[in-house]
Amino acid sequence: MARVRHSGAMITVEGLTKKYAGFTAVDEVSFTCRPGAVTGFLGPNGAGKSTTMRIIAGLTVATKGHASVNGVQYRDIPNPGTQVGVLLDASAQHAGRTGREILSISAATMGLPTSRVDEMLALVSLTGKESKRRVKNYSLGMRQRLGIANALLGDPKILILDEPANGLDPAGIHWMRSLLRDYANRGGTVLLSSHLLHEIEVIADEIIVIGNGRIVAQGTKAELLHTAGTFVKATDASALANALTAAGLAATPSGDGGLRTEAAPEQVGRAAASAGVALVELRPAEGAGLEEMFLELTADTQREAKPTEGVTA
Amino acid sequence: MSTAHVTTIDTTRPGIPLSRLVKVELRKMFDTRSGFWLMMSIAIVAALATIGCILFVPNDDLEYAVFSSAIGFPMALLLPVIAILAVTSEWSQRTGLITFTLAPNRGQVVLSKAAAAIIVGVVGMLLALAIGALGNIVGSAINGVDTVWDFSFTDVVLIVFVNVLGLLIGFMLGVLIRNTPAAIVAYVVYSFLIPTIFGILAEFQDWFDDLQPWIDFNTAQAPLFPGGNGVSGEEWAQIGTSGLIWFVIPLAFGVWSILRTEIK
Repeated sequence: MARVRHSGAMITVEGLTKKYAGFTAVDEVSFTCRPGAVTGFLGPNGAGKSTTMRIIAGLTVATKGHASVNGVQYRDIPNPGTQVGVLLDASAQHAGRTGREILSISAATMGLPTSRVDEMLALVSLTGKESKRRVKNYSLGMRQRLGIANALLGDPKILILDEPANGLDPAGIHWMRSLLRDYANRGGTVLLSSHLLHEIEVIADEIIVIGNGRIVAQGTKAELLHTAGTFVKATDASALANALTAAGLAATPSGDGGLRTEAAPEQVGRAAASAGVALVELRPAEGAGLEEMFLELTADTQREAKPTEGVTA
Repeated sequence: MSTAHVTTIDTTRPGIPLSRLVKVELRKMFDTRSGFWLMMSIAIVAALATIGCILFVPNDDLEYAVFSSAIGFPMALLLPVIAILAVTSEWSQRTGLITFTLAPNRGQVVLSKAAAAIIVGVVGMLLALAIGALGNIVGSAINGVDTVWDFSFTDVVLIVFVNVLGLLIGFMLGVLIRNTPAAIVAYVVYSFLIPTIFGILAEFQDWFDDLQPWIDFNTAQAPLFPGGNGVSGEEWAQIGTSGLIWFVIPLAFGVWSILRTEIK
């Protein structure tokens, strides 16, 4: 039942829905991932990213819809580890096994030589000594490196990584970014998830934003980050708002105490100047749209109460 | 790394042969400290039981049957636990996320786990019996009595069979329950509590007394233990019917549920 759609798509997800008793984790999700690109799957915790990835890898059965890898179902790929590299949870490891042993088991399952294990350990910069330690003594960052090594072990053409940057230090994130960029540049397909906008922004070529199980935006990074208008911020926010209103410019709150308006930066600057409002920021509102959308998404699932402003002033 | 360039996946490669999966599953039973010592405990417990026999059994009674039954008793608990862990650790340690991603044919994974557990059970029992045999020779030499081998080849086959059957019951409970402590408790209930209840029932209800061997897996297995008069055709049939109820059906249900369940 090879369904060839969207020629060239390496991962195709169509109308995917997963319902549990009482709630819908994934709701009519459709997207494709193309070779040579890093597709970022962005959404707050519990948005349905992991469930979608598990369905693609055949670990969870969808209630409705399809997920296929290069036209076939994941479970129909013979020895799939050699075609698709998967990292779903870096912490899901037997705590009593050494890092090297975990890779050796995967290599043995795929029928790969043990030399491949050493190559992968070197690639993710786990030293010989570290690789002989038991995973319960690993930091989350080391587990992520091990998980990435495990996903790359079979020299796959597609990578599916769930929150791979979690627990990595800034140098580690930089390392992973160049690794994935290089992988995509050589024709590989990458689907990775994150709950951090910035992470996705720096790594991904294409972005899929998901919230409460639904896709709320998708497109190339350029498309999504491009927002018309201006972002402006002043120390006295209300004076600025009044100035813009006086000049007939509609503005909405955006980001960290700033305002966003459809008007051009020059108009906004003039309006502020004529009202005598000192600005601390004035720039084209690039990416502000995505950030607002993402903040709105996360606000719904925000568990902490909003901090009260000005208490310690 | 020489990835990519070709941007389609290859679906013509050979799949993962079952023999490779069995090897991997065997390896996974030994490659953690707890797993390793659990395996070693087969030899350790057998050695302890053997030494205990030499020390505490009166010289006149020291014969191989004593050693083999002393070894068989702890094995009846140890082997099922080994089989339970082979299955449940995929869930308790969440390694199933990788196992079932690399080998999506879950039925094959379960089958290879069963094969690996049976191999460990058979080899473990033969090793334990060999340790007992060594004890029989050493014990009789120390005590200056004749070495008595009152244990036929059939007895060896039966004691290995009984213990592998016990291991498979543990395996079945692991597959059905997929939670380490719950499966171990279930095994204890299964092999100690349920037979007691059946026994009490048979004592007070005549109609049940005749029925018991047909539906009580434990009672049905009694003729398998060494020292009996062999197993008759009717007794094999009773093992079959009670085994269907207490082993085959729950195992089938457990496997069916593993094939469908969400691996998280």
